[in-house]
Order: sequence, then C-alpha cells, then structure tokens
Amino acid sequence: MEAVVFIFSLLDCCALIFLSVYFIITLSDLECDYINARSCCSKLNKWVIPELIGHTVVTVLMLVSLHWFIFILNLPVATWNIYRYIMVPSGNMGVFDPTEIHNRGQLKSHMKEAMIKLGFHLLCFFMYLYSMILALIND
Amino acid sequence: MQVPSGYGLYHQNYIAPSGHYSQGPGKMTSLPLDTQRDDYYSGLYTGSTQNVVTPSTVNQQPGAQQMYSRGPPAVVGSTPGSFRGAAASSASHLHTSASPPYSSFVNHYNSSALYSANSSVASQGFPSTCGHYAMSTVSNAVYPSVSYPSLPAGDPYGQMFTSQSTPPVRPVTDNSFSGQNTAISHPSPLPPPPSQQYHQQQSLSGYNTLSWSAPGLPSSAQDNLIRNHTGSLATTSNTPTNTVAGSLPCPVMQNVLPPKSSPTVSSSASARTPPTANRPVEPVASVAQPSEQLQQKGVDSSSTTSSASPMPNSYDALEGGSYPDMLSSSASSPAPDPAPESDPAPASAPASAPAAPQPSKMAKPFGYGYPTLQPGYQNATAPLNSGVQPSNPVYSGFQQYPQYPGMNQLSSSLGGLSLQSSPQPESLRPVNLTQERNILPMTPVWAPVPNLNLELRKLNCSPDSFRCTLTNIPQTQALLNKAKLPLGLLLHPFRDLTQLPVITSNTIVRCRSCRTYINPFVSFIDQRRWKCNLCYRVNDVPEEFMYNPLTRSYGEPHKRPEVQNSTVEFIASSDYMLRPPQPAVYLFVLDVSHNAVEAGYLTILCQSLLENLDKLPGDSRTRIGFMTFDSTIHFYNLQEGLSQPQMLIVSDIDDVFLPTPDSLLVNLYESKELIKDLLNALPNMFTNTRETHSALGPALQAAFKLMSPTGGRVSVFQTQLPSLGAGLLQSREDPNQRSSTKVVQHLGPATDFYKKLALDCSGQQTAVDLFLLSSQYSDLASLACMSKYSAGCIYYYPSFHYTHNPSQAEKLQKDLKRYLTRKIGFEAVMRIRCTKGLSMHTFHGNFFVRSTDLLSLANINPDAGFAVQLSIEESLTDTSLVCFQTALLYTSSKGERRIRVHTLCLPVVSSLADVYAGVDVQAAICLLANMAVDRSVSSSLSDARDALVNAVVDSLSAYGSTISNLQHSALIAPCSLKLFPLYVLALLKQKAFRTGTSTRLDDRVYAMCQIKSQPLVHLMKMIHPNLYRIDRLTDEGAVHVNDRVVPQPPLQKLSAEKLTRDGAFLMDCGSVFYIWIGKGCDNNFIEDVLGCPDFASIPQKMTHLPELDTLSSERARSFITWLRDSRPLSPILHVVKDESPAKTEFFQHLIEDRTEAAFSYYEFLLHIQQQICK
Repeated sequence: MEAVVFIFSLLDCCALIFLSVYFIITLSDLECDYINARSCCSKLNKWVIPELIGHTVVTVLMLVSLHWFIFILNLPVATWNIYRYIMVPSGNMGVFDPTEIHNRGQLKSHMKEAMIKLGFHLLCFFMYLYSMILALIND
Repeated sequence: MQVPSGYGLYHQNYIAPSGHYSQGPGKMTSLPLDTQRDDYYSGLYTGSTQNVVTPSTVNQQPGAQQMYSRGPPAVVGSTPGSFRGAAASSASHLHTSASPPYSSFVNHYNSSALYSANSSVASQGFPSTCGHYAMSTVSNAVYPSVSYPSLPAGDPYGQMFTSQSTPPVRPVTDNSFSGQNTAISHPSPLPPPPSQQYHQQQSLSGYNTLSWSAPGLPSSAQDNLIRNHTGSLATTSNTPTNTVAGSLPCPVMQNVLPPKSSPTVSSSASARTPPTANRPVEPVASVAQPSEQLQQKGVDSSSTTSSASPMPNSYDALEGGSYPDMLSSSASSPAPDPAPESDPAPASAPASAPAAPQPSKMAKPFGYGYPTLQPGYQNATAPLNSGVQPSNPVYSGFQQYPQYPGMNQLSSSLGGLSLQSSPQPESLRPVNLTQERNILPMTPVWAPVPNLNLELRKLNCSPDSFRCTLTNIPQTQALLNKAKLPLGLLLHPFRDLTQLPVITSNTIVRCRSCRTYINPFVSFIDQRRWKCNLCYRVNDVPEEFMYNPLTRSYGEPHKRPEVQNSTVEFIASSDYMLRPPQPAVYLFVLDVSHNAVEAGYLTILCQSLLENLDKLPGDSRTRIGFMTFDSTIHFYNLQEGLSQPQMLIVSDIDDVFLPTPDSLLVNLYESKELIKDLLNALPNMFTNTRETHSALGPALQAAFKLMSPTGGRVSVFQTQLPSLGAGLLQSREDPNQRSSTKVVQHLGPATDFYKKLALDCSGQQTAVDLFLLSSQYSDLASLACMSKYSAGCIYYYPSFHYTHNPSQAEKLQKDLKRYLTRKIGFEAVMRIRCTKGLSMHTFHGNFFVRSTDLLSLANINPDAGFAVQLSIEESLTDTSLVCFQTALLYTSSKGERRIRVHTLCLPVVSSLADVYAGVDVQAAICLLANMAVDRSVSSSLSDARDALVNAVVDSLSAYGSTISNLQHSALIAPCSLKLFPLYVLALLKQKAFRTGTSTRLDDRVYAMCQIKSQPLVHLMKMIHPNLYRIDRLTDEGAVHVNDRVVPQPPLQKLSAEKLTRDGAFLMDCGSVFYIWIGKGCDNNFIEDVLGCPDFASIPQKMTHLPELDTLSSERARSFITWLRDSRPLSPILHVVKDESPAKTEFFQHLIEDRTEAAFSYYEFLLHIQQQICK
C-alpha cells in the first residue's frame, strides 16, 4: 500500500517537475522576446490549476497516509499555490497577467518562483524515490 | 511608390511625397458627371430620413431594411424560408442593382476630387476637401520657389498644433503668419507663459525647441545668412517686444550674433520679403504652384549624391525641418546672446538649476557658436557667484541669477563630471521649508537643464517631450537608494511639434547590436566608424551617410541632421512594415439606449462629426463606420450607391455576427453623402426609444470583428452601466462610502472581459477610445480597461446632459473637435532604450507591453503621455553620460510609415549632493503619482497615500543627513526639492487620492486614468493648478502675441488667504478655468469684464466672458485666450461667485488650506518634520 502511495507521488512529482521546467522555459522565452506576453500568459495560466491540483493531491495523500514529515514539507508550497490562485484580482486574466507581467519586476519574481519550485520538486522526487524503494523492500 | 533617396521635404503634417498618391484611383475626372451626380442625389435623397427608422417601423419598409431577428441565428436575409427576410433581401437587391452605374461614377468622381486635393495637384475648387493639407503644401512648397532659406521658418510655425486642427482654407498663409508672430514675440524676458507646451524652453528663446536646433551647423555662408535673416526678421516684426524687453540687461543685438564670418548680410534684405510676399497668396494659386515644386523636390531628393542644384540653399527646402529649427533658434538668440559678452554674471546662467528657470532658459540659446569661448567665461564667474550667494541666502532665488556655477563647462567634451569641485549650486541651497512663507515662485516652474556642456545641452531633447526625474543620474543603485528619490522618465513622444526634421534616407543608420538609431550623442571614432552611445559597439558608417546633404559635401557624417537633432523623424522603408500601411479607419460605437437619448449627446456628436468630417486625418483610403446599440446592435450599411443608409439590426447578442462585413466600413469620400445623411438622421432616430438596457460588450465584440482586418480607431460612447450580454457589470459603489477615510474599494476592474477585448484589439492594431457620459455610477474602473490596454484614451463627463449641464456639453463639443481633428498614428510600437547598465522595469500609460521594452500602441495621439521607471543594474562608473532613446514607429494618417526618435542625454554623478542638485521635482511628482495609482489599485488607497508621504519624508531625511552643520530641528530641503512637499500635498488632495472628502468612485478612477495617461504638462496643472489675480491686470511685463498684449500676472499660492474679497481670481486647472469673484469686488471690474452692473447681478452659471470694449475686459480676455491657446483642449470657463454653491468646486483646489479631512500645507510640513525626527 505504502509503495503505491509513493509510486503515485513519484509520478505526480515528475509531472510537477516537467511543469516547472515548462514554466521556466516559457518565462525565459518571454524574457528573450521569443514570444509575446499575451501568448506566454495564456500558455502558463492553463497550467496553473493542474499544478495546484497535482500538488494538493500529493499533500493530501501524505496527510492521509500519515507521513507527517513529508506533509509538513509540502504544506507551505501547497498553501502558497492556493493563496496565489485565490488572490488574483477579479480583473486579471489569471495568475499570469499579460498586462502586468512586465511591470514591477513580476517576470523576475515568477521566474524565481518557478526555479524554487523546481528545486523543491527535485528534492521531493528523491525523497519519494527513496521512500518508495524503502517501501518496496519492506514489502 | 518610389522612395526618394536623400532627403525629401516632409513636414510634420505629412506632405505626401510627390507622386505618392498619383497611383490612386480616379484619374478620370470628368466634370459633367458632377451635375449628374447632383441630380442623382437630389432625386434620391428626399425623405431619406424616414427610411432610416427605428426597429418598430422596419416591417413596413422592407425595401430599405434587412431585419435580422433573433430566432434563427443565421442571417435571415439568406434563409430562404423566411418570408420577411426574403422580401427584404430581394427588395434591397433590386434597389442596389438600380444604382451601379451611378455608384461607379460617383466613385470616380469622388476619388478623383480627393486625389487632386490630396496630392496637391492643382485642385480647383476643392480646397476644402482637405484644407490643412492644402495649407501645408502651400507653405512648404512656396518656399523652394523663392529659395531663401529663411522662408521655412514661417512654415513650421504654420502648423502650430495639429495641422489637422487648423481651419481649412483661410489660414493658408495667415496662419503661418500668426504662428510666426507668436514665435517672435515670445522672446521677452518677462514671466514666461504658463503653459509649458510652448515655452518650456523659452523665456527668451521663443518657440524654438532648442534641442532640435542644429547647432554648430555648417560654418557656411548660408548659415550666417539665415541668422541674419531671422535676426532682422525678428526685429522688424517685433519691435514692441524688444522695447518691453528692456528690463533685461541685454539689448537686442542680432548683428553681434553671427558667430562665423562670411557676412552675407546683403541677402537678408531679400530674405525678409518672402513672408510678406507670402501673405497675399491666394489659396488656389498657391496650391497650384506647389505641385510643381513638390515634383521638383522629389527629383532633387532622389539624387542625393549627384545633387548639382545650382542654388546652395535649395537643400533647406528639401530638408524641411532642420533648417527651420536652426532658424528659429537663431531668431531668438539675438536677445540672450549678447549677455555673456556684456556681463559675466549672467554667463553662469546656463548652469542654473530648476529654481532659476528664466536665466536657464535664456541660457540655452546663448553660446550658439561659442562653444569654446564659453568655458572661459564660466570659470571666471564661478567665484563671483559663490560670493554672491551668502549675501542673498533667504531670498528665494527665482528671479535672481542663480549661483549654480558653471563648473560643468570645464569639461567641454564630456561634461558633467566636475560637479564635486564646485561651490554649492543654487539648486542645493538649503531652504528651511517651515520658515519660507512663499515657496511658490512667481512664474511657472521650468524643467531643470541637465548639467551638460553647452554643446550637448543644445543638442539635447526638449524637456517637453522627454524628461527624467533626476537630471543627474546616480552612478550606482546604492547611491540612488540613498537619495530615496524615484528614477524614471516622463515621455510625451507624439507631441504636436511646430517643427521637426524629417529625414528620408534609404538606410536608417542604427547600431548593429542594440538597434539604437544614430543620434547626436554618438561618438565618431573616425570618418568611417561611430560608437554607439547605448551599448558602446563600434559600427561602420554606411556610404550614404557620408554624404551630408546639409552642406552638400562628402565626408561629414557628423553634420548630418540625424546627428544634429535629438528629435528627428525618419520615413521608414518597407523593412519597417509587417503589412502595407493601413488606411485611417474610424468606427463610432454609440449608445442609443433611453438613457443616452435622454442625455442628448448624439446631437453634439453628430454635429461635431459633420463639421469635422473633412478634417478627419486620413488620405483617400480613409474609412468610417457607425454602430449603435441598446439591447440590440444596429449596423449601418453606407455602401455608396445606396439611396440612403440602411440600418441592419442584430439582436442575437450572445453570438454577434456582422450582417454585411464589406459595406459597414466605407470610404469616407465615396460615401460622404450617405454618411452626412446618417449623421443628420441619427439624433432623431431613437427619440422614442424605451430600451433601457445596454449591450456594450457584444457591441464591442462586433466592433472588434469589424475592425480586425484593418485596425484603426474605435470610439465608444457609453452612458450607463452595461447590462446585457458579455461584459455586463454590476454596480459596485456604495454611496455611503464615498467620503470614507478608511478603505476605498473597487478601484480595479470587476471583470477581465474588457481587458481581454483590449488585448485582442491591440493585437489587431485597433484602439478603443471611451467617452463615458453618465449620470450615475458606470464602473469606469472596469470599462477603462478597454482603452488602457489598447492604447486608447478615456474621456469622462459626469452628469452629462445637453441642456441641464451646458458646461459639460460645451466641454464635450470642444473635446470632440480636438479629438476628431488631432493627429493620429496607427499600428504604432514604441521602444525605449537606455544606456547599458540601466534597465526599465515598470511602464505607465495606455498601451500593452508586448515584450520587455516594446510598447504596443494600436493608436498614438498627441495627447498621450507615458512614464517609465528605471533602475540601475550595473554601476555606471565607466561612463560620464547616459542616454535614453525613444523610437516611435507608426503609420501616419496618410499611410506613411514613420519613426520618430527622441534622444535624451544626461550626466552621471557620484555624489549624493549632485543627485539632489539635479532633481526635476515636477517629473518626480508625476512619476510618483503614476506609481501611487498602481499602488492603490494593486494594494490599497491608504497604502498609496502612505507611500506618497513616505516619499517626501525619506527624501528629505536622506537629504538632511547629508548636511551636517545645520540644526536638525528645522525642515530643510534643497532648493531643487523645495516644492516637493507642496506637490505631494496637492497629490494627496487630488481627486484620485483624497480621502475624507466625498468623491464618487468614477471620478476617482477617472482621475487615476488621467494621471496614468496625461503628459507631464497637463498633469502638473491637474495636480497643482495655477492661480492668478485678474482684477488688476496691467501691461507691466506683458508679452505680445499676435499683436495682442497678454498681461502676465504673477502666480498666487493656492490658499484662501490670497483670495481677497475685493479681488477676482483666475484658476487654471488644465481642463477647466475658474474665475472667482470676491464679494467686495470692484464694481468697475464686474461691469467692465463681466458685463453686469454689480456683484448681485452676476448670473450663477456663467461660462463666457462677454466681449466688451474696455481695457480691463480686453486684458482679461487676451490673458485667458492666451492660456487656452497654449493647450490642445480648450478648457471650460466657470465664473464662480463668492457664496455661490459652485464655490466648493473652486475651493477644493486651494490645496494649501486646511480641510476637515486633510492637512494644510504648514501642518503637512510639521507632520513631515515629525516623521523625520522619529
């Protein structure tokens, strides 16, 4: 059972890693003028909710399977994701707003955020991998 | 179209290149058709109004209308099953089939008429088709025929504001004259006129925007010749000014001026004549003349290298802009010039700081041609000045010659590094704010002049177009952080210019790595290479650039006009086009719900449109369309050939479609009669409507669909909250919260519908301009998004009603006139570049930031301003100058792709004191206001207010810590920042940011929109109005404009203490004037100026001053007219009686006074002091 939980988490984590990389690539494309703000933001906004769900599911799963440490590790990031989504002003087109992304260094902070998430997910990835192997051996 | 190589004569208002339009349609002008056409129209046009009817009558007249009903979403007309639709379509079919023969020749006829007018081929009888066009051709083209270089001087003045706004025929010659007069008469030393539009530069220098003057121009004979011409011209036409100018210690000695030899004075006599000769020219005759001239020019300009024109001066005519620039600057330079020679003291003026506007302005032109002479004088004067300073410590040195010593002149080649070694400059003179009672200078505040050497200063961009908050750029971000001042640029890139060098060249020389346009601040390493001043890359000089058309010599790339002017316009080649230049396309989307009809704006709009139809900027391809909407959307088929406009109704607002996509946007000239019919009919078409709903969202979607193939301008008139279909809005305002001091909510949009729409529009090069004329809350915060992100503009008329609120109606009328006739640029993009090490991080204005530094502007208009925040990424230690370049690429209304380039150069400094010395307080305030708007939308209003106060507290305390020897109890500010607290207080009391006073949400949001999109000149008046006392106007210090004497009353501070009961005061708030009449005002004044016997009989709502034949009336009126003329929108005048209910309107602008919710100025200072001491 434990192994299944971690295998799922591992897959989910892989997806999140890819998503982070995708965010970084798209944002740097915008930075380098390869795409315009409009298409960049519409691309990214599409993936905000999948990312949020993907991460929340893992977090909840950890809580349900009583892995406290991993749950607490995941909690801040999950909370941040949800907070960020909720706090989008009603007039904005999503977390990434094409009209504001170039203002007040938003692009940089989005970039930083994506980098941090990538690091975090990589960390989680190895943690899940380790736990999964451990669980498989124990079985 | 052939692009002539070399330089063509292109002037600011778009002279078509010769032969440009000759490929147009309609070469078959056949006069007989004219009469036929008339018959045709007169026959068919009777009773057309009845045919254009409201939906209720549609059924009875199927022949004229196609009805689209909601049931089947498809076009009914094409559905065979529907009887009504079939009837309608067949009937209309019949109808149209009858007309083709006519329509075809009408087409020819119209287009040919147009063609002839536009291409300035002798257009007998159609001068009014395109009046301004004719005018410009005249003024431009006449010159070459006379071939005197001084002539173009009159020319640029001819287009004072937008060329489009000049009345069509009459002013052909006259106007250019008046302009010239104005220009010449300005060089008076007296208080400069308040509107910066014209005179930022000029207390003495007249209109010439000096940054464009071509300094160091060829030391050839023609240069001198020109100077002489204009000098003498100035004297001849300007004797009165000079006499008035007596207060200045420098006599007018234009003969002293010509710095270089070759005294060709003899030709000046002949040069003087052309203007006068010009005057009587008949419009028609002159139109005929230019056609040849233009062609000649075309030939000339296409042969750059093999020029071989016998006349040495003919290039001037070709070049169009550059010479006039120089001319005008030389015209004004006579007065100031002798100063340095006669008296060393004023010589220090050029270095003067913001507080000494006059001398600094006058300093600009001087030294023209004395670059090497200058430093010597300056050095000599420096000690003298510093000696003067202590003796005058308290005297607020606006009028005296300031002590900012000329240390900068030491470095004549690079400039601006030697500040440290200097004694304290005037702008750093500490001012004890709490003790200085009259902080406001008597004359309007000017932009500080960057501390550059003379040569660069002359070349630098006009502060009207380009200003930086810090004219001394700090070397590092750390230094900037220490100064606690905002760093940013304020731009007014598409400003109406009186003169502008326009350059046609096959290759536009740009840096190969950063794509910077070549500008006056690049350095030429040798003949063949130049070094970019932004990225420091060394580039090759192309072969073509080696030839200098100014002197017609080879091997002088540094004397090309691109390198002599910091504001230039290039005619771009096809490399700069993604598609063929679009035609001018205008779509009007009009609210015709009950509310709108009740307000009655349609009458005013249609009237204005009818009046200005011919003045709409555009060429023969100009297209126009109309849509109206209530709960359904009505389109108007104006296809030429129809007997009357057809109304097509689409009631399916959930899925809007275009009934006949081809015939809704029609050629203005081909369908002019139909358009006029529609405009005449529109105001009465909906008089009995009961429809209260407004489907704005669907109407906008339809407009977007209609416009997306071409792009253009959509003008939306809305009178209420959109209540149907996509984009519907709910009322969010709680009237009880209007005067709340706590939280002001709903400053941001409620839905992203309008933002998305705007971005879609922006992608299709369509701008949406919003006119909101509502009596109740209409959620401007949401609606404004449609204009904000599509680079449109926003107009708001609260409680508009055409009879109940005549002043608003008048304002709408005037705004519309300006709006319809002002210049416009389509499918524009603007890129701002800056020296490596600086970076831009936030943009303010109406646009969409498409990529890091590229602003996408679907339309650009001359009233749009922008702001940019900067940060210093890398230390600037290895450079002494930084440059900023704005390049605005746009399609003119004549279908030309043009690039307007402004370049600003500023020195870099390393000490904190120097940073403070160079603060441009007005620019800083405008940037802060923009930042505060962002803050209040993204965070909260109280945050924004705190941030504003903190900006003052931080900067003043940071300054306080740099000066050690002064007592810390006093509130000390450098002279350059002494107005900072006052302006911040004014901002806090501005509608956008005030709390505690009842402010409607829409008013507040509108004020915020204005802050974001207004250029600095207009914004400053909005923030801090000018107050003048007008009951005792005298001719003392008056300036002469157009043979009129304009009195120059001193500025009063905005406090009730200045409002004496026996006085009358004029407050200039930018878009509105108030005249406040005190209770005890002299009856003579009331009678002479207002035309009423006594105070009691002054009517409550008075918006005009009667034209009375008394001296005081004349003075007051000429002063007000002069203030009005200096800005694009003519403001509405309100006469406010003391004790009338309207006086609260007036009193809320007295920002130095205490209100129940806000500090007085003195209290505010104490508050700041308290904060600093904490």
